Amino acid sequence: MLILIIVLAVLALLVIYLIAAYNGLIRRRNQIENSWAQIDVQLKRRLDLIPNLVETVKGYAAHEKETLDAVITARNAAVAAPNTPHAQAEADNALTGTLRQLFALGEAYPDLKANQNFLALQEELTATEGRVAYARQFYNDSVLSYNNKLQQIPTVIFAKMMNFDRREYFEADEAARTAPNVSF
Amino acid sequence: MHELIRSNKRRSALLIASFVVVVGLVGGAFGLAIGNGIAATIVALVFAAVLAFTSYWKADKIALAVSRAKPADPQQYARLHNLVEGLCLASGLPKPGVYVVEDPAPNAFATGRNPQHAAIAVTTGLLEKLNRVELEGVVAHELSHIRNYDILVSTLAVTMVGAVALLSDMAIRTMWWNGGRVARRGDHNNSSNPLALVGFALLIIAPLAAKAMQAAVSRQRETLADVSACQMTRYPPGLISALEKLQADTTVTHSASTATAHLWIEQPLSGVGDGGKLRATHRMFSTHPPLEERIALLREL
Repeated sequence: MLILIIVLAVLALLVIYLIAAYNGLIRRRNQIENSWAQIDVQLKRRLDLIPNLVETVKGYAAHEKETLDAVITARNAAVAAPNTPHAQAEADNALTGTLRQLFALGEAYPDLKANQNFLALQEELTATEGRVAYARQFYNDSVLSYNNKLQQIPTVIFAKMMNFDRREYFEADEAARTAPNVSF
Repeated sequence: MHELIRSNKRRSALLIASFVVVVGLVGGAFGLAIGNGIAATIVALVFAAVLAFTSYWKADKIALAVSRAKPADPQQYARLHNLVEGLCLASGLPKPGVYVVEDPAPNAFATGRNPQHAAIAVTTGLLEKLNRVELEGVVAHELSHIRNYDILVSTLAVTMVGAVALLSDMAIRTMWWNGGRVARRGDHNNSSNPLALVGFALLIIAPLAAKAMQAAVSRQRETLADVSACQMTRYPPGLISALEKLQADTTVTHSASTATAHLWIEQPLSGVGDGGKLRATHRMFSTHPPLEERIALLREL
C-alpha cells in the first residue's frame, strides 16, 4: 500500500514536471515566432516611410534624380524581395546605402535641411533602423533562451521526442558587416 | 540575465519578509509599551499590509503626481518616444507610459508595479543635455528597473519603511507618558519592566535599520540596472557618457523629494555625496552608489 502511494506520487511529480517543461518550451518558441514577426513589422514600417521622404526631397532637389531613383528602385526591390531572411537582409542593406546618400543631400541643400517634415522623417527613419536592429537582437536573445532550455539536462532527454528542434540565429551576412559606402 | 532577475525576485521576497519581521517586532515593542503585545502586533501587521496593498495599486500615480510629471506629447517628444519603443522591442517589454518633468536638472525615474503597468519619466533638462545615444542609455537603465521588477520592490519597501517609522514614532510618544514602565492595577512593587527597555531600544533602532536595509537593496539595484541597460543597448559608452554628464551637472532636481529620492537614476538630493567625517554614514543611507563607482564598473564591461 505504502509502496503504491510512493510510486503514484513519483509518477504525479514526473507528469507535473513534464507539463511545466513542455509549457516552458512552448512559451519560448512562441516568443521566437513573435519576435521574428516584429522584425517584419519594422521593416515594413520603414518601407512605408520612404515614398513620403522622396516626395519631400523632390520639392527641394528635384534634379537629384539619380539619387531619388536609386532609393525608389531599392525600395521596390525590398518590397518584392522573397520572404526569406537572407534575401530580405540583402535588399534591406541596399536600401540603407541609398538612403544614406539621400540624407547626405540635406548637407548640400540648406533649405531641405531646415524643413521640419524632412527632419521628422529623418528622425523616424533613424529610429526605425534602430528598431529593426533591436528587433533582430531580441530575436537572437529569444533563440538563445530557447536553445539553452532545449539543450540542457533534463529537457534534452524528452525534447527530441516532442519534436522540438534547435532554432537558428539571425546572422548579418558579409555585406552587412561592412558599413555601406557613401560616395559624393 | 534571467538568473539575475530570478535572484532579484528572491531577494525582493526576502526583503519584504524581513520588513514584515521588523514591523512585527516593532508592533510587539509597541504592545509592551501599552500593555498588550499580541493585539498591537496584529494591528501593526494589518496596518503594514494595508499600506503595502495601497502602494501596490496606487504608488505609480502618486510618484508621478508628486514629481509633477506630465504625459509626453508624441509629436513634441518624438525622439523620446522612438527611443522607448526601440528599447522595448530589444527587451520584449510592453511600452510603458512616457512622462516628462519640467525641471532643468537632468534626471529620470521609473515607477509602476509590473511591466504591464509601468511608467518612465525624464526631466526636460535630461532631454536638452543628452544626445541620442546617451538618452538611449538612460532610458535603457529605467526600462531595466521595470524588467527586473525593481519598481515594485522599491515602492513596497518605501511604504514598509514609512510604516516602521510611523509605528515606532507612535510607540515612543506613548512611552513618553508612562516612562517605559508598564504599571497595572495589582502591580504593587511598581518595578520597571526589563522587556519594555529592550522594546525601547528596538524602537529607536528599527527605523534606522529599515532605512539602511532599503538603501542597501536600492544601491544593488542601481548597479544591476546599469549592467542590464548595457545588455539592452549593447553599447556601454552611451550610458557611461550620460552618467559622466550627470556627474558634471550640479543642478539639484527640485521635483524630487526625500520620499521619491530612490526612484531617480541619479541621487537627486544634495549633501549626500560630500566627503568629510560623515561620509561613511552618508554612504550607508544613500540610495545610489557613487557615480564614479558606477562609471568605473561600466568601463570594465
